[in-house]
Formats: sequence, C-alpha cells, structure tokens
Amino acid sequence: MSADSQTTEDRPDEGAPPEDRWRRALREIVESSSMVVFMAIVASMIIGGVLIIFADEAVRESAAYFFSRPGDTFSAIGDALGSAYSSMFNGAVLNLEASSFAGVIKPLTQTLTMATPLIFAGLGLGIGFRAGLFNIGAQGQLLMGATFGAYIGFAFSLPAGLHLLLAVIGCAVGGALWGFIPGILKAKRGAHEVIVTIMLNYVALYLVAWLLSLDAFQREGSDNPISPFVAETAQYPKILGVQFNLHLGFLLALACAWGAWWLMERSTLGFRLRAVGANPSAARTAGMNIGTATIITMVIAGGLAGLAGSAPVLGTQKFLTDAVAGTLGFDAITVALLGRSRPLGIVLAAILFGGLQASGPSLQVNAGLPVDIVVVIQALIVLFIAAPPLVRAMFRLPAPAHEKEVAA
Amino acid sequence: MTAKGRHLMKNTIRVGAVAAISALALAACASAPEEETSSSATADTGAPAETVDFKACMVSDSGGFDDQSFNQSGYEGLTRAESELGIEIASAESSTEADFGPNIEAQVAAGCDLIITVGFLLSQATVDAALANPDVHFAIIDDLADNDFDGEIDAPNIKPITFETDEASFLAGYAASSVTGGTISTFGGMNIPSVTIFMDGYLAGANYYNDTNSADVKVLGWDGTDGQFTGDFSDQAKGKNVTETFLDQGADIVMPVAGPVGLGAAAAVESAGDAWLIGVDSDWTLTTDYADIIFTSVLKNIGNSVFDTISETIDAGFSTEPYVGTLENEGVGVADFAEGTVSDAVLTELDTIKAGIIDGSISVDLS
Repeated sequence: MSADSQTTEDRPDEGAPPEDRWRRALREIVESSSMVVFMAIVASMIIGGVLIIFADEAVRESAAYFFSRPGDTFSAIGDALGSAYSSMFNGAVLNLEASSFAGVIKPLTQTLTMATPLIFAGLGLGIGFRAGLFNIGAQGQLLMGATFGAYIGFAFSLPAGLHLLLAVIGCAVGGALWGFIPGILKAKRGAHEVIVTIMLNYVALYLVAWLLSLDAFQREGSDNPISPFVAETAQYPKILGVQFNLHLGFLLALACAWGAWWLMERSTLGFRLRAVGANPSAARTAGMNIGTATIITMVIAGGLAGLAGSAPVLGTQKFLTDAVAGTLGFDAITVALLGRSRPLGIVLAAILFGGLQASGPSLQVNAGLPVDIVVVIQALIVLFIAAPPLVRAMFRLPAPAHEKEVAA
Repeated sequence: MTAKGRHLMKNTIRVGAVAAISALALAACASAPEEETSSSATADTGAPAETVDFKACMVSDSGGFDDQSFNQSGYEGLTRAESELGIEIASAESSTEADFGPNIEAQVAAGCDLIITVGFLLSQATVDAALANPDVHFAIIDDLADNDFDGEIDAPNIKPITFETDEASFLAGYAASSVTGGTISTFGGMNIPSVTIFMDGYLAGANYYNDTNSADVKVLGWDGTDGQFTGDFSDQAKGKNVTETFLDQGADIVMPVAGPVGLGAAAAVESAGDAWLIGVDSDWTLTTDYADIIFTSVLKNIGNSVFDTISETIDAGFSTEPYVGTLENEGVGVADFAEGTVSDAVLTELDTIKAGIIDGSISVDLS
C-alpha cells in the first residue's frame, strides 16, 4: 500500500461507516495479484519443508554431529523431504504404489471430496468479502445447515430424489437463517458482523450439542450425542461408483461456483453488492440500499455455508454430531482469501486445501509426520496472503499495477 | 473449542520450531558416532531383545493424541507396546470427522495387523473398514461397535474395549462420603455416556454410604439423569467457575469428569484450601501439579487395555471377545487415598465393597 493510498482512504467521507480500516485490509487482500498468491503458496511449502526437516528424528540425530560428518545430515534431510513429499503426492494426487487403476486415482477423488465443503463455504465467504462483509460465521452457518439437512434426512421417509432435494434445500435454509441474523442486526442496528458471526458460531455449536442430547436426535437405544443415519434416499449418490467417496455434492458445488460467478459478474444484484463493497458511501449516494444489500449478502453467504454442511451429512459421514463441521468454516476463510474471492480461484484454492487434507493420513501413516504439518502449511499460506508486501519483498515482485489504480 | 485448540497447537509448534533450531545449532558440534552404529541408527539399541513382526496402528478422534484424555491414554499404551514388545506402530490423528475413514484406510493400506480406533465417534468408520477388510483386525475403545443396536458386534473382526468405570467411581463416592462435611460434588464436560458413567457410580456410592451408615450426604452436580456440565473438554475457566459455585454451596470434594477442564477445578480447590479433588482417568497425583489436593483418582486404564489387547493378539491370536475393564481385572480402579483422610475402618469397608462389586452382591447401578 503506497502513501497516497493511505491519504485517500483516511479522508473521512460524509457518513462513512467507521470500519474503513477493515474494508481497506479486506480489499487489499481480495485484490492481491495471483503472483503474490502463488508465491505465498511456494513460500509456505518451503517453510513447511524446513519444519518437516526439523520434525524428522533421523535429521536431528545426524545434525548432532553435523560438523564431523555433514553428509549424514544431508542424506537424512533428503530422505525426510523425499518421503514427505512423495507421501503427500501419493495421498492427494495419484497413488503410484497402488496395484489397480482405481487405487491409483483414488487419492485424486478423495481430494475432490475433501474440497467439496470448502468450495461451498468459500464461495459464500467470497461473496461476503466482495460486498465488504467480514463474515467469520461460516462455521456456525455450516453447522446449522448440516443440522437442518440431517434432520430432514433421518426423520422423514420420502421418495428418492425428492428427499435429497429437500435435504439439500434444508441445508441451505439452515445456513441462510444463521446468516440472516447478523445481516439484519447489522442492517437495522449496525451491530458489527465480525462480533455477531463469531458469537453465533458458539450459539450454533451449543444448540447442536443440546439438540443431540434429545431423544429425537439420537439413535434408538443409545445416549451418545450422535444422530441416526441419514436415509439412503437423502444421500448424495456417489458419482464414480461405490469404491470412491466422491459424491454428487461436488458437482453441485461446481454449479454453485458458476452461479456465484454469474451473480457477481453478470447480474444487477451482483453489481450492487460489489458497489456496496467497494465504496458504501458512493453506493448509497447512487441510491442503493446498503441495509438490504447487507442482508442479501449474508443470506446468500449463509446459504452457501449451509450447503457446505450437506457434504458431510449427506455425502461422506451421513450422520450429525456436534463436531461435524470440524474446522471447515475457518479453513473456508483461508480458501476464500486464497482464491481472492473469485469463484474460479476459490474452486482451485479449495482443491489445494482438499489435497493438503487428503494427504494427511498418508503423511502420518507412511512418512510418520505429525498431521500438524498440514495445519502449519495452511496457516503459513494465510499469513503470507494477509501480508502481500512481505511476499513481494521476499520474492522482489513489483507492486502490481492494478493496486496502484485502486489506490489512486 | 476445536478451533481454539488448533490455535494453541499452532503456537506450540512455532515455539517448538524455534527451540528445535536453537537446540540443533548448539548440539551440532558433537562428534560423529562410530560407523557401525550410525549405519543402524534407526534400529533400537535398547530394551526389546527381539522384534516381533507385528504392526499395531491407532486412529484418534478429533481430540488428537495430546488431549490429556482417552486418546492420549490409548496412545501411551501403543507406544508402550512398541518399546516393550518390539512391534512396529503407526498412528494417525483425525483433525475432522471426515478424516476417520481415510485414516483407517491409509493404515489398512500400510499393512497394519491390528488397528485400534479411539472413541464412539469412530464406530461407523471402524465397522465399515472392518467389513471391507475382513483380514485386518480392529479394536475400538469406549464403544461396542454395535450401530444397529441388536446386541451383536457389527463386523466379525472388531474387538470392543469398554470400561465399567462406575465400579471404581462407586468406591470413590463411598470414600468421599465418609470424609465430607456433608456435601460432595461432581460435574462433567458433556452429558454423554462415557462421562456420566463416572458420575453414576459416584452418586451410587454416596447413596450406598447413606443407606448403610444412615447418613445424609448430598451430591451436587448429578442426579442420575441430568446435572452440571461445562459443555466442552477444553475451557478450564468454566471448570473453575463451576467448582467455586459448588464450594460456595458447601461442597468440600469435587470430581470433575471433563479432561483438562478439571485442571480449572483443581485451581479453584487449591485456592479454597479446605477442599479435595478427585481425579479421573489417570492418577492425578502423578499427572498434574496438584498432588497436595488430590483425595484419590478414579482410574480408567485405557493404556493397559491397549497394551494387553496388542500383546494378547500377538501371543494368542486375535479374538473379538470384548475387553471390559472392571475392578476385577484392574481395568478400572481407585488410586491411593490422600494420607490421613480415610479412616482404617472405612478402608476395610471399601475392601469388602470392592469384593462385593466383583462377586456381584453389590450393585453399582443407580436404583
């Protein structure tokens, strides 16, 4: 960010909302160049590699006598990195050690399966970011979506097709409801969406924990907080046959990505949302209703996050627990930032993260590395994405032209 | 709560990395080992005389192996089996529930002979994997692997490992009742069976004391169906709050069944000065910094059960016979009582009660 961008941004507009600083940070992140994003991934992989080296026992042992026989250390480092990256590849892309064709491509399908909820939730967050809303509530929205969808899935018995449709709609409605609350609170009362969405994550978590203590949400004959199985009529069909986990939800996610692109780039509504995100005061002057735009954005974002909840309950796991959301809602924030809030970018970022997660079992079991390495790499990516000047300085990249235009 | 745990984990890793780098820099000056030892650097030079051709593997639930609770205890059993039995091990932590299936599949593919999964959340994933891989053996901790509730294990190659924890907490409840001024208390992390079984036994033990000694000891925090829960297994501040409330209501002994949340309870008890804490899962005089205020601990020896399951499978072959930890087989038990608290008369009574529970003449169920 250059000096004149500061002065432009700091000049108070009439009636400008007080979160200029948030908006500026958000816009900088969203508009960072693809080169910066790519380099951020490269940088985190390199640092991840350094951590893998230090986490390796053989390296540590041989490093103790580094100055007497450095060759040992280097070969240990080579072994550590080689086994780490090859098990990552075998776990996330193609398993070259498998005997059958299905076994070879299974990791790839697993990566896409893991990417599915991240695509949904990332799209929702991306729309919010571009409309200037820092929605941290994907976790709660996802959980509510999963709850609605799962309940429809296990409590009713309906014909195949219709049942799945209703369950999917249920997921979207549950999430949309959870997005509507912070939306209307911000539109009508100016409550900051960051605070409200974070708090609603907790409300959703404890609500689900409570629901799972009720007989209506528990399996017959068990007191464990675990719901009955979603009926087969409400499950996503597996699109590549039963030996792969990849389910229809992935195609639905791609369809949503196209829908989000159309909404933001081609529709009037999307134009309004983007205008509000770029400069709320100007949008208001142009006659746009900021409150309505906020509510619509949050409902769409929540609905998409809710659909993310359909991936576990209707696709992979097929029942509801209070841990069904894992850390998906937070990972999706990274995905949205990494994808620069654009649908195509989000799909690619989600597949990258899906791959990182899919490589976890293979990393742990075959390379003996802690799964935390994956988390660290993800965290480093966020860190670098959030600091474009740092990445540019590291790789001596010039400040991209379009950011100067924005600043001017 | 998971997210919070993750952040903590990331921080730990960062600090750890810095520490590791400095340690490496300092240690790099040591002299190289002799050629023959360095060539076999990975082989164990120490304890196990022979290596057994057996690979035992473990999958955690989303708590991870550093949860100070059942994942950790289970993992300790696995590593003990590695060092004492000379077997090969592998482990996989699940960060989300979506990892359960892939983690188990990765271990099947890695040639594990026995795969132990931790916790009822992995039940379905374990059953699915067991049905798909009939040649691989499985064991699951804290679950009966019976998801259709017909009383049968859902796959012919799963060994359930469960614990009659209420037998041990019955003794703790009885002993606590004998030393209290009139009110004892307990709370849990969540209202789930693996937690409330501790509280059931504790309450039943106190009721049994009241019946046999015509006393009137009150139990706060659990009435057999509902009670006091903190809602998670991570927030120590809640454990402290709940405990302070109990102490204000006149309780002088508290049993927290909530993993690390219990450390918050311990802090509250310590600052109160005139109260006692009952640890759970492991012996808290050894595993926490609060040895001075620990009345006793209700032991759930998950580590032993894992070790025994592995060693039995190696020696006698795999059996699906459920392992049930009881007072009789020392799968559960109570640790030594704090010195000077329980009278010799009560200690004798406890021995009688323990024998009664083992032979079935005393029921630990809540009547």
